[in-house]
Amino acid sequence: MDLSLSDEQKQLQEAAERFVRDKYAFDARRKIAATERGWLPENWAQFAELGWLGMAFSEEDGGYGGGPIETMIVMEQFGKGLVLEPFLPTVVLGGGMIARAGSAAQKEALLAPMIEGKKQFAFAWLERQSRYNLADVSLKATKEGTGWSLSGHKGVVYNAASADEIIVLARTGGSAREPKGLTLFVVDAKAKGLSRRDYPTQDALRASELTFDKVSVGADAVLGKVDEAFPVVEEAVDRAIVALCAEATGCMDAINAGTLEYIKTRKQFGVPIGKFQVLQHRMVDCFTNAQEARSMTLMASLKIDDKDPTVRAKAASGAKVQIGKSGKFCGQSAVQMHGGMGVTDEMAVSHYFKRLTMIDLMFGNQQHHLTRYSNLAMAA
Amino acid sequence: MDLAFTPEEQKFADEVRAFVRANLPADVRDKVKNGKHLIRDDYMRWQQALGKKGWLVYTWPKKHGGPGFTPAQRYIFENICAEEYAPGIIPFGTKMVGPVIYTFGTEAQKEKYLPAIRESTVWWCQGYSEPGSGSDLASLRTKAEKDGDHYIVNGSKTWNTMGHWADWIFCLVRTDSKAKPQEGISFLLIDMKTPGITVKPIIMADGGHEVNEVFFDNVKVPVENLVGKENEGWTCAKFLLANERLGIAAVPQSKRGVEALKDIARAEQDDGKPLIENQSFAEKIADLEIQVTALEFTELRVLSQMAHGGQPGPEVSGLKIRGSEIQQRITELTMEAVGEYAAPYLPGLLWQGTNEAPVGPEYAHLAAPRYFNTRKTTIYGGSNEIQKGIISKMVLGL
Repeated sequence: MDLSLSDEQKQLQEAAERFVRDKYAFDARRKIAATERGWLPENWAQFAELGWLGMAFSEEDGGYGGGPIETMIVMEQFGKGLVLEPFLPTVVLGGGMIARAGSAAQKEALLAPMIEGKKQFAFAWLERQSRYNLADVSLKATKEGTGWSLSGHKGVVYNAASADEIIVLARTGGSAREPKGLTLFVVDAKAKGLSRRDYPTQDALRASELTFDKVSVGADAVLGKVDEAFPVVEEAVDRAIVALCAEATGCMDAINAGTLEYIKTRKQFGVPIGKFQVLQHRMVDCFTNAQEARSMTLMASLKIDDKDPTVRAKAASGAKVQIGKSGKFCGQSAVQMHGGMGVTDEMAVSHYFKRLTMIDLMFGNQQHHLTRYSNLAMAA
Repeated sequence: MDLAFTPEEQKFADEVRAFVRANLPADVRDKVKNGKHLIRDDYMRWQQALGKKGWLVYTWPKKHGGPGFTPAQRYIFENICAEEYAPGIIPFGTKMVGPVIYTFGTEAQKEKYLPAIRESTVWWCQGYSEPGSGSDLASLRTKAEKDGDHYIVNGSKTWNTMGHWADWIFCLVRTDSKAKPQEGISFLLIDMKTPGITVKPIIMADGGHEVNEVFFDNVKVPVENLVGKENEGWTCAKFLLANERLGIAAVPQSKRGVEALKDIARAEQDDGKPLIENQSFAEKIADLEIQVTALEFTELRVLSQMAHGGQPGPEVSGLKIRGSEIQQRITELTMEAVGEYAAPYLPGLLWQGTNEAPVGPEYAHLAAPRYFNTRKTTIYGGSNEIQKGIISKMVLGL
């Protein structure tokens, strides 16, 4: 048992810290968010050059043989800087599913260029009625010659506007909400019949509503096995959750540091407000919450590769519960302790608060994962 | 980074388990398993077995006669002891005064006191709080005045845990009443058999006797019983408190407590079904289990830092706060699980070997006393509010 970072991992951490320091000062981030894409191609090229796009993939898949700990290290720093580049949809989700379920040809055509920084992905699973049920999918794929025809709607698809390929979860069999009968398709983002409505999200990312009107794809567009996509998706989402938890940990560290600084300098009644015990204790609670979030993220990063799906799912859900709870506590407390300044756009605190809030909603909020964890833990 | 044990660590775990199974007296194990009160002899038999093996002072370095466990070994040892229902090791000698003596004591003091702590032949207790000095410990007034080669001690100490079983007490006493509060305190070792010492029980809300008030009436203590320098006892006091923080989180005990709670929730009925199938109650247990996991990994992170020569980071400060809150939550949910069958008050059943017949299941009558008693955890060892004050000042710089 050893929970310390290796020398290579420490170097990775330093490199990610450096990137955030150099490229993601608060005003610089504001400028990046205002660009057309909402992220910078030069930053993406730098990720490729630094090896971050391939670090978590095996050498057989063209990666550099790292794993969830490497992802955790980088995502945590991304959280500190509120980094906008689409690492999660492209690398963790898209790359993750291709590595897990893709054929050799798909890996060559999709994963290899992704690692080089030449391809981006989006993952379209959510529909208007789905809420947090990954199997509540009604977008239909029907056989059409040797290929398939996709029709239906997908919502809040992150990075769809920048993606080269959209990975779509579609129903090929089974009844509504049945895990069996789901299939993943890799669809060209410019395919005929696919239309988009793009918008920014509350936390300055980009997402889209997608409409599929008889979008034709070949048989080679199927990722993995027909009707058997659910376990692949569930695992990929669990991995994405753990990566999000790492990002949230970074957000919490940053928002706590900013709040601590603020209550040391802001004066009222002739003293820094941090001299008041009620704020001191709240600040300590923020700090403890962030420590617990870090611990649960580490736990989940260490257990996400477990071969037992129950261990994996419990780890991801447990961490997501913690991040939901701690993120809300740190976020709301930070805003409260900043007073009126906390609710302004001018201060970084509101931006971290927004990101933490959206992270809780992604792939199931605190309550959803508490229920999932409970069902897994009480069954034993 | 790897969560799995190395082959050496696995071998060590097997050795610990085999040792506990062979050496933990069966009656003591049963008492712990059933939540019964233990008596002095129960603790002593187990601690002396550990002492013979050299594991009683498992947190001590080799040069002071400890086993020099790595942090991973420490984690393994604590967890297996809890899993096998070994009683908790009484910390006053092993984790409190022992390290103070080997850090601040003279060679003569080390020779005199440390072997008896390592082998558990002497029972120590603590004399810190006073009726007028709780959270504001430095305001303590128990006085030690020098008279030739002795100190004459007068005053009283309270919340003295298990002092009625103790052979020795370590005390904070005032040796200079003119200095600033922290600067006139000394650290004294006192034989409990010295004339002038009276121990008076304090009965707790659960009906149990585990703490006392201790009165000192012209108690003569040889000057060689002073540890460290006169008027510098606060340094020892702070060292002791910092040393105490790690391990106070009681993670292995809480893991065991959550499992016991699940068993109770499986046994109790709710609307014709096992209580554990009540979604709302199951989610309360789930939430608690997640809290315990977070605490466990926080402790593991601290241990890992220490394994690489680092000092415990600020994380350690939160361990006592969260650990104590979790201990309370376990007892709260256990009582909630039991429902109205927590009401019968059967103090005799808290002791093994009573003839009193239980009312309802055995675990039910323990639920309320445990709940009442465990309110102490957020108060002792520096109340959680005091802990937050310490973190706020020492870690956050507020």
